[in-house]
Amino acid sequence: MAGLNLSSVKKAYGEVEVLHGIDLNIEEGEFIVFVGPSGCGKSTLLRMIAGLETITGGTLEIGGQMVNDVPPAQRGIAMVFQSYALYPHMTVYDNMAFGMRIARESKEEIHRRVSSAAEILQLTPYLDRLPKALSGGQRQRVAIGRAICRDPKVFLFDEPLSNLDAALRVATRIEIAKLKESMPETTMIYVTHDQVEAMTLADRIVVLSAGYIEQVGSPLELYRHPRNIFVAQFIGSPSMNIIPVNIETAGEETAIRFDDGHSATVPIGTPAHAAGSKAQFGVRPEDLRIAQNGAWLFEGEVSIVESLGEVTLLYVDGGNAEEPIIAKIPGIHDIKAGDTLRFDADPDVLHLFNEDGLAYQG
Amino acid sequence: MHPALAGIVTIIVGVGGCIGYFYFSNLFIDKILFPAKGPNISRNINRANMIRPWLFLFPALFALGLYLAYPVFATFWLSLTDRDAGGAFVGFDNYSQMMTEPKFWEAIRNNMLWLIVVPAMSTAFGLLAAQLTDRITWGNFAKSLIFMPMAISFVGASVIWKLIYDTRPEGQDQIGVLNAIWLYFGGEPQTWLTITPWNNFLLMLVLIWIQTGFAMVILSAALRGVPEDTVEAAIIDGANPFQIFFKIKIPQIMGTIVVVWTTITIVVLKVFDIVLAMTNGQWETQVLANYMYDKLFRAFDWGVGSASAMIIMLLVSPILVWNVYNARKEMR
Repeated sequence: MAGLNLSSVKKAYGEVEVLHGIDLNIEEGEFIVFVGPSGCGKSTLLRMIAGLETITGGTLEIGGQMVNDVPPAQRGIAMVFQSYALYPHMTVYDNMAFGMRIARESKEEIHRRVSSAAEILQLTPYLDRLPKALSGGQRQRVAIGRAICRDPKVFLFDEPLSNLDAALRVATRIEIAKLKESMPETTMIYVTHDQVEAMTLADRIVVLSAGYIEQVGSPLELYRHPRNIFVAQFIGSPSMNIIPVNIETAGEETAIRFDDGHSATVPIGTPAHAAGSKAQFGVRPEDLRIAQNGAWLFEGEVSIVESLGEVTLLYVDGGNAEEPIIAKIPGIHDIKAGDTLRFDADPDVLHLFNEDGLAYQG
Repeated sequence: MHPALAGIVTIIVGVGGCIGYFYFSNLFIDKILFPAKGPNISRNINRANMIRPWLFLFPALFALGLYLAYPVFATFWLSLTDRDAGGAFVGFDNYSQMMTEPKFWEAIRNNMLWLIVVPAMSTAFGLLAAQLTDRITWGNFAKSLIFMPMAISFVGASVIWKLIYDTRPEGQDQIGVLNAIWLYFGGEPQTWLTITPWNNFLLMLVLIWIQTGFAMVILSAALRGVPEDTVEAAIIDGANPFQIFFKIKIPQIMGTIVVVWTTITIVVLKVFDIVLAMTNGQWETQVLANYMYDKLFRAFDWGVGSASAMIIMLLVSPILVWNVYNARKEMR
């Protein structure tokens, strides 16, 4: 069983660098999720760990051993592909046994490991079938089974759920969570662009963007304390509202003024030189409340109301934000488009970013 | 009449005749045979619609029947008659006469040899070339070179290879490439095409040279169709390049290999030009198609000639059926 250590890992295709020096330490037994928008390099990074892509700079260690030039099969990894990548001409049994046969394991050992993997994944009745005679979910389980049979130190998943329909995706996600529980010492690295998968499965999430790590942390850490606007808006759905403001007075608490002239005080510390500068004020849709009386943060005109029953989504024009501000209010409300409302929020859940998009830590 | 004028008239009559056939036959069925009026209007329309496709297909069916089906039956009939007896019906005498000829059995034996060696070697070399040219930068150039013999007629290829195998009497300068190589290694000049049984393989080499390009092009496309992630999964499973090729790639393109193999097999069964142009069946290199040609156009023995044609057809048919079956399975 092994942890991983990546230090300034780079990937370049000719002149074009797509990963610009990734530093990351993964503990043994951790469940790590790489998230990020398409093209951010998360799959490339995973494939470099697998050994399917060469590493053009930096070092990759698995279990304390540098493996930059070690072939994939000897890195102690197993990978589950997005498209399952089952061998179409082999039965389920042979698909799972292939790696062990290559490694010249004994017949008994192969049989034992395939049977136990099939048992775990409820594939026993399907062992004699060809992949084409299986449903999408079953194929994905075979792919996972094939990985289990390799008895890997590090388990790699490349968007394993993206080819499944919504209901199956939830079920398989739970199965993967259970699988992790049953293999506490196995390190798992999981690539997805789906933040629900990231939030529910990960011990730690690695947010990637354009070949850089934006932030590494536990799901709730990223949700509560995003380091910058990118992470703030990437984690959480709908995205965090960002409103341009001016800092009036800096200090332990910061006074901010919205473009419409309204001022508010937030309990976030800012350095003295920030006074008078522009900043970005952030608040999550689910943290917004309709101000009863007294203090309020901003006011705006409701342009669209979406009643989902459990929550009501309000799209509000106000505060001079580029996008409409979204408020997610629990329950059903009698609010119509065109109403002007005032909103406030718990002071502890507000965010303030400087002009470069970095968070002021409160 | 001026030939150009005659051509134009032929085109006008031909195309006009076709259009006229479809127009007037359609008119006939709709207006005269089953008019869309009167007490039986719906029955008439139904019947007209049932007959119409056959009416339109008739010219094609007739032409195909005339040029494809009729010759088969005519040949079969000819194979049962004897020219010396004034075309009298002689039953299967021609076949039994053929069976007693050593040249016929030589042709059968050689054909079997061709049947095994040429498709196997062409497919194997084609597969090898497809795999080797897949990842290199000048792969497409290499492929064009290997494919080029496909553009040469069998007779043309035979002439080229005849020059390669050429022999001059001792004392003269040898111009054949093979003899040049042979002499370089200290051998005596050989008349290659007379050395049995190796001359058979020298002839086969010509067809292999031609068919490898065909096999390579088809198999190269099939190899590219193998999903890359199954190869990557095999890499992670620890398979080496040979295991990936033989255990992952080949099984996935097996259907295409069968189609290529059987297609070449059919070409081989009909092989004629190469043997005619290079040895004319001498020195124990006879094959069935050339045997047929010998009987039919040299000995003018249409009975035995037709009988051997029937034998060729009997041999080709099952392979053809299998080929079509596999090709259709591949397309699905």
